[in-house]
Amino acid sequence: MTTLARRAGFGHDVASIAGRALRLLPRDGSAYLPAMVAGVFILIINIAALGDLPEFVDIDIDYESYQLPVGILFAVTGLSRAYALVLDIEGGYLDRLLLSPISRVAILLGLMVADVVLVAALSLLVVLVGFVLGVEFTTGVLGVLVFVGLCALWGLAFAGFPYAIALRTGNPGAVAGSWVLAFPFLLLTTAFVPREAMADWLAAVAAWNPMTYVLSGLRSLFVGWDAAELGKALGGVAVLAAVSMPLAFGALASRVRRN
Amino acid sequence: MAAGEIYGFLGPNGAGKSTCVRMLCTLLAPTSGSATVAGHNVLSDPGQVRLRIGVALQDAALDPKLTGRELLAVQARLYGMSKRQAAIRLGELAGLVDMTAIDRRIETYSGGMRRRLDLAAALIHDPEVVFMDEPTTGLDPDSRVRVWDELRRLNRDAGVTVFLTTQYLEEADELADRVGIICRGELVAEGAPTDLKRRIGTDVIIVAVDGDAHAAAEAVRPVAGVESVEVHGDELTVAVQDGSRSVSPVAVALDTNGATVTDLRLRSPSLDDVYLELTGARLAVEGS
Repeated sequence: MTTLARRAGFGHDVASIAGRALRLLPRDGSAYLPAMVAGVFILIINIAALGDLPEFVDIDIDYESYQLPVGILFAVTGLSRAYALVLDIEGGYLDRLLLSPISRVAILLGLMVADVVLVAALSLLVVLVGFVLGVEFTTGVLGVLVFVGLCALWGLAFAGFPYAIALRTGNPGAVAGSWVLAFPFLLLTTAFVPREAMADWLAAVAAWNPMTYVLSGLRSLFVGWDAAELGKALGGVAVLAAVSMPLAFGALASRVRRN
Repeated sequence: MAAGEIYGFLGPNGAGKSTCVRMLCTLLAPTSGSATVAGHNVLSDPGQVRLRIGVALQDAALDPKLTGRELLAVQARLYGMSKRQAAIRLGELAGLVDMTAIDRRIETYSGGMRRRLDLAAALIHDPEVVFMDEPTTGLDPDSRVRVWDELRRLNRDAGVTVFLTTQYLEEADELADRVGIICRGELVAEGAPTDLKRRIGTDVIIVAVDGDAHAAAEAVRPVAGVESVEVHGDELTVAVQDGSRSVSPVAVALDTNGATVTDLRLRSPSLDDVYLELTGARLAVEGS
């Protein structure tokens, strides 16, 4: 007898996993609604509370624009399908995936593709709120697309951490608590004021925080094309990914071995 | 195992049945030894093994947020099947899946519906070898019969080889062409159920006594027609050639020797009797 099964290829495997994850997204509001609300909330509150700051510190763009990337990165840093993955582990569905002939790497990569789509959509939504608040991109539509793309890459790079926790622990509680990891990145940076206005120690820490460069790159898109700033932003994403992705894929390999 | 047979793997909880299945279906690497499934080594060629097997593990491995149809579609896609192939297979598996609930989310399914959907997911790609790890544990009688019917149909019509682990002796007796009995990680017996049961005798008289069971056993041993007597606690298992002829002499021998009989039953040997003889313990669990 012959089976109907065949290896469909790596791209097909990734698309299959991503397709399932994206199909489930609308049914799992908890995966994105809190982040969406938090992003918009932080954007509005920060502008309302600190809107007069440019009168006291040297900020070369309006504070609405200055805060827009902050609101988005607060929303998307740590946003991932890691919680869904840990439920798959707990419920046995990961076993079903591992029993199929698909690539093991595709299991994680497919979820990350879905993350990129989710983060991009969420970023775009907060950008639209920014437009309502008067934010303008002198770089035009292409600038908006680069802005959203950079946010998505940052979200993807950070997602490696919750995935690593999900795969190492198989514990939903540990994954739910992994958002705490985002705090040092989100707060020890130029979220509220430029480095020049910070205490020396905080400015020194911010200089080592990759998010600082991502924020600078994103903010640069409001005033024009600045290859150096965008390059540094991509460098910041790459540095974070260089740490998080080996952790995530290493955890996947370990989980497959332990299984 | 020969291709096209249904093999029943029997053993109590903790005997190693599930571990064995997980190794054979490539989920777990063996610490030593090797195994070949559908002509491919599980260690050196796991990808080819996965293409050829379908697996229903002990706990239904489903995504509760998907509908039954979506789950089977995703499963078909993972195996590189086209939408058309998946639709045809879904039609073929309609006897197993509750089609009236196929578009409902799995989280609304009963335990039996989930188990049968899990089985359908294991079969969607028409595998050559199917591993079923206690597929009917916890199922209601109706669902159990439906699973049995589907397994028989698969084996008979499609020639699918089935490796079935179970705690239910009745299930192994009903379905399996051959049975392997595992105890503490060791295979202690293997053969067709009828051959294994023949080891015990044609009939079995089970006697419960109040008092010295070993003395009662000695009283029964010389009775004509008695082939063997096993003592387990206060119970004797008396294997005889012809139960209807032997039951009276056995009862008389017990009475003559002063044994107090609290229960006496005549029946055909079961796989549980085989298990009892081999391991000294009964395997039968609730529901078998």
